[in-house]
Amino acid sequence: MRIIVCIKQTPDTEAQIRISDIGKSMLLLQDVKTILNPYDEFAIEEALRIKEKMGGEVIVATFGPDSAKEQLLRGLAMGADRGILVASTSFPQTSSLLTATVLAQLVTQEQGDLVLCGKQGIDEDNMEVGVMLAELLGWPHVNAVTQLTLTDTSAHVEREVEGGQTEVYRVQLPSVFGAHKSLNTPRYASLPGIMKAKKKPLDTKTVSDMGLEEAQLKNLVQVRVDHYEYPPKKPAGKLFKGASTESMVTEVLELLRTEAKVI
Amino acid sequence: MKILVFLEQRDNLLKKSSLEALGVAHRIVQGHGSVEALILGEQAQALCEQAQGFGATTCHYVQAPSLRHYQPLLYKEILVQAIKQLQPDSVLGMTTPLSRDLLTRCAAALKAPLLTDLVDITAQEGRLMGGKKPLYAGKVLATLTYETQGVKIATLRPNSFAAEKIPGTMTIQALPLELPSTAMEKIELTEVRKGKSQKADLTEAARIISGGRALASADNFAILHRCAEVLGATVGASRAAVDAGYATHDMQVGQTGKTVNPTLYIACGISGAIQHLAGMRTSKIIVAINKDPEAPIFSIADYGIVADLFEAVPLLTEKLQGILKE
Ligand SMILES: Cc1cc2nc3c(=O)[nH]c(=O)nc-3n(C[C@H](O)[C@H](O)[C@H](O)COP(=O)(O)OP(=O)(O)OC[C@H]3O[C@@H](n4cnc5c(N)ncnc54)[C@H](O)[C@@H]3O)c2cc1C
Repeated sequence: MRIIVCIKQTPDTEAQIRISDIGKSMLLLQDVKTILNPYDEFAIEEALRIKEKMGGEVIVATFGPDSAKEQLLRGLAMGADRGILVASTSFPQTSSLLTATVLAQLVTQEQGDLVLCGKQGIDEDNMEVGVMLAELLGWPHVNAVTQLTLTDTSAHVEREVEGGQTEVYRVQLPSVFGAHKSLNTPRYASLPGIMKAKKKPLDTKTVSDMGLEEAQLKNLVQVRVDHYEYPPKKPAGKLFKGASTESMVTEVLELLRTEAKVI
Repeated sequence: MKILVFLEQRDNLLKKSSLEALGVAHRIVQGHGSVEALILGEQAQALCEQAQGFGATTCHYVQAPSLRHYQPLLYKEILVQAIKQLQPDSVLGMTTPLSRDLLTRCAAALKAPLLTDLVDITAQEGRLMGGKKPLYAGKVLATLTYETQGVKIATLRPNSFAAEKIPGTMTIQALPLELPSTAMEKIELTEVRKGKSQKADLTEAARIISGGRALASADNFAILHRCAEVLGATVGASRAAVDAGYATHDMQVGQTGKTVNPTLYIACGISGAIQHLAGMRTSKIIVAINKDPEAPIFSIADYGIVADLFEAVPLLTEKLQGILKE
């Protein structure tokens, strides 16, 4: 089975995100420390486990900046067989549909049998690319997967929805699955793994190398950013300390009732 | 101008949050057009009644036993057909596991622009123009504008907009369409397993009480559950509490857990790491109980209590019992 894991470079969760002073429609992301999108680790781990059980090949792929090679290397160090970077450099703005279109072409060209991805990128939190990719390929999808059991032609899939409920799906392969964090516990990349990763094939392509028209892809950006802003600063709250717990609790409850009016 | 609102049902119950989308649609059209709704389900026709009085002029339904549960490709094909038939200017749904999945797939099928998880919308002359969306775990907000002609799609974050009672009459209509016959071959939802709690989900809860590492055991979470019982709240947790096995992972609030938006969030023994704040910073009122006066959680709390939670939470429960009985 050839499994393609679609991954993304995202800012570190601790990173400060700053808005440009010159144009409020720009973010200053150049110097922000980046990581492999946390949910993608679960997708890579799941792909490696499937390969260990059923054989095949694991490809990590991304549509991203040149620096995303670092995240592909991380996937290779965990155990993926090869990596593909499709350069997004010539696209000042992208969209989920654009990314999904590029990835769909990649999956088709690489003749993937299964696609795994993280359930969402923690940057824009869209939860869109995997779902759109499935639609473009004409495949079924399940997002936020917490359990996955495969046979050669089908899958038993569980996903978590609201209220702690679990939806159980029977899915025909090929399909796209978006990994949730309880799917597995990702392995650490071992030192030999990291050494080996550097020798594994890592291709860089442009969209035109893949037979896609750059201008047409740009039409898939259908939303414009007008501006960014920081969330409104909360006025400083009231802090109670030093008094007896009982009196502090009583006072806060009174304020919740009369000032905040939420109980 | 017409706005189509996808109303979601689970277990033959209309989701309350769906009514918020009707209120938003009404606000967008402002008399320049009509708000229409669509329900898919086993008993969709009867559910339409519950949408009466929230701003829709027509409620369309597609009713079939196979529509009892969310069937991803079946629902998608029906919604795509409905959009082609009804030709709305925009389609709205809520940011829920079902609607966001469905509307995303429809957007790709129609190559329509999509904005998900909006906390505010912009409108002009009865049209949805765009909206505001938190990015990077709420560290910034982006104001986004659609740039295409044709149908626009959006999902709205629950509890960001109020459902409004809007007087008026509503017509209930079966949507005439052929049920796609092969859509369930590739994927079929075969079972829905109930969770333990019948409480509102964290993402839709109006009140949440969360516990962190300080709870120190799964058993100790009982004091939060007791308080939640009295308050009508849902219990959440920090990642540290989840990783330690004190709480289940569906209870995790934060950047790699759930994004919540309640009117009242009570954080007990949670330090307030940036990844936790990411999931709850938009809560209307935040109460923090922590032993450490320097805990970062106090920086976003409206009311902070520096105290031992094992003392404070039972007192809170006891006093709430008194207050809420009045
Ligand atoms: C990629 C990534 C993603 C993450 N995602 C999330 C996420 O989604 N959600 C999340 O929550 N975290 C997330 N984290 C983890 C986050 O960084 C913190 O480690 C975590 O939130 C800490 O949980 P805590 O506040 O319960 O524990 P701690 O930070 O250990 O805080 C415990 C607090 O309890 C207080 N305390 C102790 N005893 C008592 C007592 N008896 N009474 C009152 N107060 C007491 C202490 O003063 C302290 O402030 C993520 C981290 C990373 C790297």
